[in-house]
Amino acid sequence: MGKRTRKDFPTKEEGRGNGEIPKVPVFIMGKRYEVPASLTIQKAFEYAGYQLIRGCGCRGGICGACGTVYRFPDSHKIEVGLACQTVVRPNMYLTMIPFFPANRAIYDLEEIRPDLESMIKLYPDVMRCVQCNTCTKSCPMDIEVMDYMAAAMRGDLTKVAKLSFDCVMCGLCASRCPTEIAQYHIAILARRLYGKYILPKSEHTDAMVKRIEEGRYDSMLNNLMKADEDKLKRLYNEREIEPEGAGEDWKPKDSQYL
Amino acid sequence: MAGYPPELKRLIKKVEETRPARVERKKRGEEFPMLSLREREERLKFHPDYKGESRREIRVGPNKGYAIPHEIVDLLEARSRVDPDQIDLSAINHETDVLIIGGGGAGTAAALFAQERGAKVIIATKLRHGDANTMMAEGGIQGATKRSKDSPYFHYLDVMGGGHFKNTPELAYTLVIEAPKVIAWLESMGMMFDKSRDGTMLTLHGGGTCRQRMHYAADITGAEIMRTLRDEARNRIEDIRVFEFSAAVELILNEHGHCAGAVFYNMETEEYFSVKAKAVIVATGGSGRLHYQGYMTTNHYGATADGLVIGYRAGVRLCFLHTYQYHPTGVVYPEQAEGLLITEKFRGAGANVLNVDGEQFVNEREPRDVESASVIRECTTVGKGVSTPTGKVGVWLDSPMIDVLRGEGTAQREFPGKHILFRRYEIDISKEPILVYPTLHYQNGGLEFTPKCETVIPGLFIAGEVTGGIHGENRLMGNSLLDVCVFGRIAGESGAVYAKERAKEGRLTLEHVKKYHRELEEAGIVTDRVAPMLLPDYSNPEVRERQLTAHYVGTIR
Repeated sequence: MGKRTRKDFPTKEEGRGNGEIPKVPVFIMGKRYEVPASLTIQKAFEYAGYQLIRGCGCRGGICGACGTVYRFPDSHKIEVGLACQTVVRPNMYLTMIPFFPANRAIYDLEEIRPDLESMIKLYPDVMRCVQCNTCTKSCPMDIEVMDYMAAAMRGDLTKVAKLSFDCVMCGLCASRCPTEIAQYHIAILARRLYGKYILPKSEHTDAMVKRIEEGRYDSMLNNLMKADEDKLKRLYNEREIEPEGAGEDWKPKDSQYL
Repeated sequence: MAGYPPELKRLIKKVEETRPARVERKKRGEEFPMLSLREREERLKFHPDYKGESRREIRVGPNKGYAIPHEIVDLLEARSRVDPDQIDLSAINHETDVLIIGGGGAGTAAALFAQERGAKVIIATKLRHGDANTMMAEGGIQGATKRSKDSPYFHYLDVMGGGHFKNTPELAYTLVIEAPKVIAWLESMGMMFDKSRDGTMLTLHGGGTCRQRMHYAADITGAEIMRTLRDEARNRIEDIRVFEFSAAVELILNEHGHCAGAVFYNMETEEYFSVKAKAVIVATGGSGRLHYQGYMTTNHYGATADGLVIGYRAGVRLCFLHTYQYHPTGVVYPEQAEGLLITEKFRGAGANVLNVDGEQFVNEREPRDVESASVIRECTTVGKGVSTPTGKVGVWLDSPMIDVLRGEGTAQREFPGKHILFRRYEIDISKEPILVYPTLHYQNGGLEFTPKCETVIPGLFIAGEVTGGIHGENRLMGNSLLDVCVFGRIAGESGAVYAKERAKEGRLTLEHVKKYHRELEEAGIVTDRVAPMLLPDYSNPEVRERQLTAHYVGTIR
């Protein structure tokens, strides 16, 4: 019931060895191993006997530690994926690229402006982009990398930020770029500039911080901290619950603790 | 891969049959009744924490007699990875003002605050900078930022209620009063919060909240926070050095009993080295990779309780470790995605939780422990779970309701990460429900500390999931991203101030480790177990049997 063995690949009971899950050949860095067809590339490495140190992070498709390239003997095409998310296929020739050198600009976000000039000053490489689309084809997150590079060249930081939002910074784009650009560093610069300067500021947060600094909630919180469990339970049960999906104009009946 | 197999597709039909009526009820504001506090207590008997045989008493150290999960006790009743006499503390490899162990959200926030207060900082982390549970948190970050309907008062009540009123009040206070400042801080660093046109941050409910105060960045809020913090730390490379693939194996104390550094293991070259510091911050995170009771986990590869072990050996007490948070909705199918987190935001956005008949058996917005216990009960005692072809069991999370309630394309827009993931398995989560079961998610307890992030050891500060007390016996959604930022910042500040004003030079020692070894012997604990674990063992046991000349220390070859 929801339990499993400590091992993250199928146990004998679950099929390995009794033919339920067929095995397929994969070529880890050119060397042939037979692994259950249901495994991800990451688990295939472990099944083959590797103990991963590089190339393994969240095991959930978001940290960017396990960028992987592979191809098949009958294809010219280089394919990409995250090892923790990509299921093995027969005759994959694969390698992880857990690190790829890429230079990053140093900047003080307070001192720069959200415009093309900042972008070019920090990353003059932006203009080297030849729009070959190799980066987009290399992205395991299906990001339109070339399109955001085009936007970066125009100084359209909003578009860069939105298009690159799902970037896990695995670096595969940079590893394949013929003009040696580090796209993902450019993208996070754009996202931070967008988040700080282009997205409208949330006035309500600042207003609340001001109220807190003025000490508005000190005594009511002190009373809560001193309250015994019965009183806390009563107050907890009496809380007015904001209806799910209520708009910004919703107001609680009792405003004395606001 | 071709989506759900026919037997599951047949069962999905039942979900589809009951959906229109459920949607109608939701539109009318009729919810499946919430459990009363008394009913919650009954329901919690189905929670894995309540299984007595899952725990045992620790026989050594400051919490001798405290019953916590076997998996942690095994690590606490274990020897150091290295013979302390072999470490030459006269040959220190690096020195700094503030040493931070752990490169996740708490450690990185601490680095920024320490640096801003004039400290030179080293972050040492056993994988890459940012490889941490922070990166994986999806749903959001709580904070009472909307004065027209919310305040830290209500946030405090929610935190306490979620934690069964057992939380340390001063820690809960600090969490909620700092929350709006943290949201403003993240915004000032360019984090891309979801906002409306006028800059109002979008907020949602989470389980156990009375106001919609969950701020988010699509469904990758933690990743957005982590990459923003990390990017900022990288801008301060002059003052913040980062040692990756460097795992802490022991804290170093000095002759005054103050913390003064740590011993590290280079995961790649396999050598040990020492860092001396005026203040040390432990921000090593949680422990889902211990796979308590054999459960799957949403946690990061490195979540192996290392900080608990080295902190406990040095004399810091543990608290609230008798509870662990099981996230109600981890993926059960397909197998490759097993254990992966489906954020609570799906339920916040309206998706019902359903049994094999497509019927509701619990409100989808109960606190996590109650929700998990309800799912386990439905799949065991009640017997209305959904069985998978590989012999697992789960319940349906009716994700297609989100589009029905909020308009076509909402699920894809608000949950792009999960939408892409399931598309790879040829499952469209805006059309088909997701099969889920509780999964190990969050270490509610940890090392004892104060609201200033101090421990009983001068010079040793802690922050993040390694700590205990903030969340009592159960953390609410959106309070862990908040916790790592709030207490990470405070730890950085406390550490920097301590380094500047109070740190005292003294001879370095690992005497506490030797003493701990003696205690183990005196308690009659004869074991070849070593700790901290550093990484879980996922290598293939059949291969391992054939590794005739390989030498393993614990799980590490």
